[in-house]
Amino acid sequence: MKRTHLIAVALLGATTLAAPALAQDSIYVQSNAYRTGPFSGSGTPVADGINDYLTMLNERDGGVGGVKIKFEECETGYDTKKSVECYEQGKAKGSIIYLPWSTGATLAAIPRAHVDKIPIMSMAYGLSAAADGSVFPWVFNPPTTYWDGASILLNYIAKQEGGLDKLKGKRIGLIHLDAPYGKEPIPVLQNLAKKYGFEVLLYPVPAAEMQNQGALWLNIRRDKPDWLYNHGWGAMNPTAVKEAIKNNYPINRLVGVWWSGGDDDARAGGAEAKGYKSLSWHLFGQNFPVMQDILKHVHAKGLSKTTKEKVGEALYARTVYQGMMVAEAIRNAQRLTGKKVINSEDMRRGLESLNVTEARLKELGMEGFASPLKVECGDHNGHHQAFVAEWDGTKWTKASDWISPSKDEVRPLIEAAAKDYAEKNTGWPKRTEVCDPRS
Amino acid sequence: MFYREAGQFKTTYRDDMAVFPILQDRIGLLVIISLAIFAIPLLGSKFFISSVMIPFLVFTLAAMGLNILTGYTGLISLGTGAFMGVGAFACYKLTTYFPNVNIIVWILASGLFSAAVGVMFGIPSLRVKGFYLAVATLAAQFFLQWCFVRIPWLFNYNVSGAIEVPERTLLGLAITGPRATPEVRYLVLLGIVALMTWVASNILHGRIGRKWMAVRDMDIAAELMGIKMLPTKLLSFAVSSYYCGVAGACMMFLWYGGGEANDVFDINASFNVLFMVIIGGLGSLIGSFFGAAFISSLPTTLKFGLPAMGIPITGATAEHMTFIVTGSLIIFFLIVEPHGLARLWQIAKEKLRLWPFPY
Repeated sequence: MKRTHLIAVALLGATTLAAPALAQDSIYVQSNAYRTGPFSGSGTPVADGINDYLTMLNERDGGVGGVKIKFEECETGYDTKKSVECYEQGKAKGSIIYLPWSTGATLAAIPRAHVDKIPIMSMAYGLSAAADGSVFPWVFNPPTTYWDGASILLNYIAKQEGGLDKLKGKRIGLIHLDAPYGKEPIPVLQNLAKKYGFEVLLYPVPAAEMQNQGALWLNIRRDKPDWLYNHGWGAMNPTAVKEAIKNNYPINRLVGVWWSGGDDDARAGGAEAKGYKSLSWHLFGQNFPVMQDILKHVHAKGLSKTTKEKVGEALYARTVYQGMMVAEAIRNAQRLTGKKVINSEDMRRGLESLNVTEARLKELGMEGFASPLKVECGDHNGHHQAFVAEWDGTKWTKASDWISPSKDEVRPLIEAAAKDYAEKNTGWPKRTEVCDPRS
Repeated sequence: MFYREAGQFKTTYRDDMAVFPILQDRIGLLVIISLAIFAIPLLGSKFFISSVMIPFLVFTLAAMGLNILTGYTGLISLGTGAFMGVGAFACYKLTTYFPNVNIIVWILASGLFSAAVGVMFGIPSLRVKGFYLAVATLAAQFFLQWCFVRIPWLFNYNVSGAIEVPERTLLGLAITGPRATPEVRYLVLLGIVALMTWVASNILHGRIGRKWMAVRDMDIAAELMGIKMLPTKLLSFAVSSYYCGVAGACMMFLWYGGGEANDVFDINASFNVLFMVIIGGLGSLIGSFFGAAFISSLPTTLKFGLPAMGIPITGATAEHMTFIVTGSLIIFFLIVEPHGLARLWQIAKEKLRLWPFPY
């Protein structure tokens, strides 16, 4: 037990040399990514979008506020153990924000982030209760939560059926990943079911059975739900679309949450997937000036890891949106502190006063790409509106008006859940961070 | 030259039966222990301690547990991940109901629940052997994992469905929860691992360990010699699951600090620990350390160590590299020495005793 052990210790000791001194003229941003493993189908476009957007800012504008952004990915393979490592690595290297990209990683990081003072941004995923900024000052989950998503879906269904009173007696199925992520919408759906008199049918898919949903779809065939809500991720989504077609389920009544609306998810169903729906809070395609800039400044220079056709696809565009939020928060923080190179505590202030107006979206080349975004001290989410997108056989298109979530239904649930979290975690720190005055 | 036992006479049976009969070995052990206690917390960076040393120690404990069952008693189990999960959930429930009792007590006590569950799933081992037993323990893995997701009482009805580790202190120092520093968590874990290694070594060198090994080598012969199968095999399951349970509680409370247990204690965890035992060396305590270091720490070192040393690999490339390097090393070691790293270590020691005059 002697020498080999020593050698091992010496070898491993090399890792202590990690965290080289960073040049003080750049801002370091690290993001978790999974280009490997069973979730890489969703993870790869997600990693490409933010990488290309931040690279574009560096190339076109020289970064944000004259400071370059040093962006790095940390590969997790959607594994919580590796995500925890990546969090530690980001902390050691001085990343100003933590982008977990998995619900498990978010949950593991929330308590640490409040001590290490690193803001977490889990864009429309993670712990819904974290929308309560008075309990979770270091977690941000804009622009909307899964609970809002479920209420948006119901508002959409009500519209299609001719009013909320028409929901009575309907059967709405939820096909979901059997993990905390997939189970998120259940409380809201059940609450609303009681109120409007419809029935919720649950179809859980265990993570190990993501690509083997045959038995589950037999049940769906038997139950014939009027609408199906798909809460999946990774390989589960294309499988669900394929199974729906195989089992003759009307594809235009299968609606995915935003994470089930990837181009490759729908493409798996072939021509018959036309009509598959998904929620989204931004548009798609390469026609926006921001996408043109990415093509010009990143793609043409060979700085992107993806092919040209993939630019502007649904999941890619979603993290371009995330890149925008990160960059705008940095700009905000620079304005609030007067510093050029900000740290993670400044970043939190920047995120908390995020206010992307219509005019600002236009300046960013995102006019018509998304609706305005506002984050507040107590409300770290904003509960923004979304719309239903439809797959037309080759690309996603906007298929409904913007629909607002039922904030009055969702917000009390969020506050109760946040209170519950703080009570169960004895010694949960009371918020001491001061709210910045709004500009 | 330096590693030579000439002049070290054993004058009593006690000396002859010592676990470390050679003086140099005892000195070496002391050096390693003092390095682990003093040098690593003082000199190691926070990242090194929290991402390399703590996982290494947690997996060592789990590998030791499985080694007792598979390496010493010859019963294959694929339920390690689930037994670890039982430990984590038991510890969570215990510290929720009795928050004033020290968390270290609960970490050690949580293993008892895991042991009870392990005994229950160990009953088939009286009838089935080998691969069939592996399949029977697979049932434990799937059944328990199902429970972790479906029984909200286990995770205190948290909306997140995850274990949320509260802050617990020892002598005023936080040892769990977000405020606990990596150094403190590491030292607590080191204490637990050292204690449990010592206990395991004593069990294995004594009457119980010999019974287990007799069962492993040939169970019919062992039975003819008067060893009762029922208590022997079930005791092995109990002790093994106890170690796995403590490892699981340590994993959740001292390493992750909370999280979604379902994806932590899955079948992959079971396989990983099994690989650690096979690579490290079946039926060897030190092999558990080697195996854990190899399977748990090597990927981390490759992924973060190489870029830190200036070798420019990033993200996905590092991950693919890890798979390639770890995979080929596993094949290499299995061809060169099918008895694992522990056997290689033993051969190296024997060579060293003769060096530089091999004849």
